[in-house]
Amino acid sequence: MSIKLEWSRRRFLTTSAALGAGLAAPHVFVRNAWSQDKVFCNNPTGGTVTLGFNVPQSGPYADEGADELRAFQLAVKHLNGEGDGGMIPTFKPSSLKGNGILGKKVAFVTGDTQTKSDAARASAKRMVEADKAIMISGGSSSGVAVAVQSLCQDMGVIFMTGLTHSNDTTGKDKRRYGFRHFFNAYMSGVALGPVLAEEYGKDRKAYHLTADYTWGWTQEESMKNATEAQGWQTVQTVRTPLGAGDFSQYLTPVLNSGADVLILNHYGGDMVNSLRQAVTQFDMKSKQVNGKNFEIVVPLFSELMAEGAGAAAKGILGTANWDWKLDNAATKAFAKSFGTEYGRPPSQAAHTCYAQTLLYANAVEMAGTFYPPEVIKALEDFEFDGLGNGPTLYRGADHQCFKDVLVVRGKEEPANQFDLMEVVKIVPRDTVTYDASIFGGELGPAEVKGCAA
Amino acid sequence: MSTVTARPGPKRELLTLAIFALAILTMPIWLAPIGAGYPDILQKFAIFGIFAIGFNILFGFAGYLSFGHAAFLGAGSYAAVWAFKLFSLNAVFAIVFAIAVAGIFSLVIGYVSLRRSGIYFSILTLAFAQMSYNLAYSVLTPITNGETGLQLSGGDPRVLDRALFVTTSRLQPPDLFGIALQGWSGFYFCAVLLVIAFYVSMRIRHSAFGLTLLAIKSNQRRMGFTGFSAKPYLLTAFVISGMYAGLAGALLATTDPLAGADRMQWTASGEVVLMTILGGVGTLLGPVIGAALIKYLEQIFSSFNEALLHRTFDFLPGAADDVVTAIFAPFVGEGWQLTLGLMFMAIVIFLPGGIMEGVRRIAGASRRQRTGSSAAAREVGRRIPAE
Repeated sequence: MSIKLEWSRRRFLTTSAALGAGLAAPHVFVRNAWSQDKVFCNNPTGGTVTLGFNVPQSGPYADEGADELRAFQLAVKHLNGEGDGGMIPTFKPSSLKGNGILGKKVAFVTGDTQTKSDAARASAKRMVEADKAIMISGGSSSGVAVAVQSLCQDMGVIFMTGLTHSNDTTGKDKRRYGFRHFFNAYMSGVALGPVLAEEYGKDRKAYHLTADYTWGWTQEESMKNATEAQGWQTVQTVRTPLGAGDFSQYLTPVLNSGADVLILNHYGGDMVNSLRQAVTQFDMKSKQVNGKNFEIVVPLFSELMAEGAGAAAKGILGTANWDWKLDNAATKAFAKSFGTEYGRPPSQAAHTCYAQTLLYANAVEMAGTFYPPEVIKALEDFEFDGLGNGPTLYRGADHQCFKDVLVVRGKEEPANQFDLMEVVKIVPRDTVTYDASIFGGELGPAEVKGCAA
Repeated sequence: MSTVTARPGPKRELLTLAIFALAILTMPIWLAPIGAGYPDILQKFAIFGIFAIGFNILFGFAGYLSFGHAAFLGAGSYAAVWAFKLFSLNAVFAIVFAIAVAGIFSLVIGYVSLRRSGIYFSILTLAFAQMSYNLAYSVLTPITNGETGLQLSGGDPRVLDRALFVTTSRLQPPDLFGIALQGWSGFYFCAVLLVIAFYVSMRIRHSAFGLTLLAIKSNQRRMGFTGFSAKPYLLTAFVISGMYAGLAGALLATTDPLAGADRMQWTASGEVVLMTILGGVGTLLGPVIGAALIKYLEQIFSSFNEALLHRTFDFLPGAADDVVTAIFAPFVGEGWQLTLGLMFMAIVIFLPGGIMEGVRRIAGASRRQRTGSSAAAREVGRRIPAE
């Protein structure tokens, strides 16, 4: 039996052409893959790039979360070249072009952190695994920020924190993939200490009420150190459970303790409740102790909390990261843009989230790639201006922003419902800068296997 | 219904198990169209399925409503993370350790709480759980790391790994003899354990012990009059369900190495009650379905926003699109809990037996249609309740 092989010229040509194409095909794919970047988590391939905004939509910080989300949406609009551009024109040095990020249109997904670590991590994982988000931002408490930050480090996704004030976020729990624009408890203490001594004298006795969790403790410690450096004494520090609602049992002993200043290391709903009770129920601000007027201090202050506390917030001293009434071009541009869009001025939580989104986008443009290690390099030790806080440094050693800190006071005669705080003093950046090594912790590697593995 | 206890033979049990296993392991395929085909949510389905199955052993079989089961979930998580930190990154060791810790913990709490029954029992468990939560949140911070949550760190001792010269890098997630347990492999690991947990629960349900629990549920006083001491059985059920919770907690820590105090909060305890009731109290499959439904609402519904609604309804003319979006907007995004609440009310009012009762009714109706009323009557007589 013989097998007859007959090759016509035509058949030979088609076969070899098909064979050639078949052999070449994998190389074409490989070349394409090669010419793109390295393999990393959620490398955006289409015409859009997705950012994940993870904010508390329920729970005690829902107000902050809602305002953060407004800011994120505004930032996405401006990055895509819609609207009036907000702070993009004032931001410098800027590589932003107003055509998305690296020419890709910016899309976003949202999620509810519920102000719980588990829920926040589950929500962030959904953004990374299901929605292919390249960056996660948001959060309105330090516990959540620390939890999501370490998750993002594992998954190889950059996390631009929202409102988190604990020293730990860029201290002992810092991560290579986490970046914080907001200030921290240490800076609050350093900024507030001298103003307190100036206003209330150096011979004072302080009584601390502290929210009983990580942020409260770091804030208490920072405030204690800062006030004792001014010659104050600390009479007592009392821990209160988070979300206590009624603080009368903690406030009752204050006036008879010999202290003449009450420092409330509370935030959000807790601060609103404790401050209102101290002022209205116990009438502390009209009391005299040790021959001096009794005073109340709230180290971390915000417009939203002043709104909640109402008249009780009048004359109270505290610190803030930013205020919409600051006199600079960037702040004015942002407040105008936000006001036009939503009919209200932005809170400091909104401001920091907006700034973080722009900073991330700009770092990607600078790096020319979404590849996280390169983006991280672009953000580290980046010196910029025009985001409302004056000249600012993103320190590479701990990923903390250094900028001026505001000492604010609840306004005695508010002109309208949004005009609740006045800036008492702008404490310069050099004063609040500290050595990165004092809080310990390590950043970890920039190259991680992440979710691409 | 003289044969309430009609025990299915081993063949039928194995068939149920095979179908269940197949359904669970193919979840990535058939859940993808509704947006739940990614590893994290499927891990949560499996883990909370285990948690709810265990809870059902106490609540569904014995009729004791514990409002503090999250304490055992949290204890299991903390135990697992500590096992990772101190001993080894291998998940097997951590899971065994976590189950043991949760078992001992539930033995102590169960011993005290089971001195009472009914609402007093529920209140006691709730009090213990809330106590555990507050302890974990602040007082025990050296052990639990408080609000921030317990995490792995590069400097952990990991004595077993070091002793066996297993090289572990500084920051590395847990594994199973070298297989990473995040992402898809993590899901299959949890899914296999869910199938085993389901099988154990089915065996318990069909055993003499399970029968005793059902008898206690139907009338504990009568059991007492016959000279039968219910307490050892109840305590055993309590500890078993606590160990299930410990397993679930350990899996949470394995797939995502962090243990936070809010896992112990009363809302988490309430969630498992909701899961069980939604799915069907006392049924084998119901708690798994309920767990998946709640996790789905929490994860997917909360991520819908108005922009997405507009995109969904953009086939409608301009004004109608806005109206429909405005109607649906309060129920998605931050309103997912509202949807959950309404769904819960509807199920409790119209289907007191949960989703499983709905399934049974539909199955019964279609069967009646197919075979006529005489066959249906026979079916009802033969029907094995609550499965």
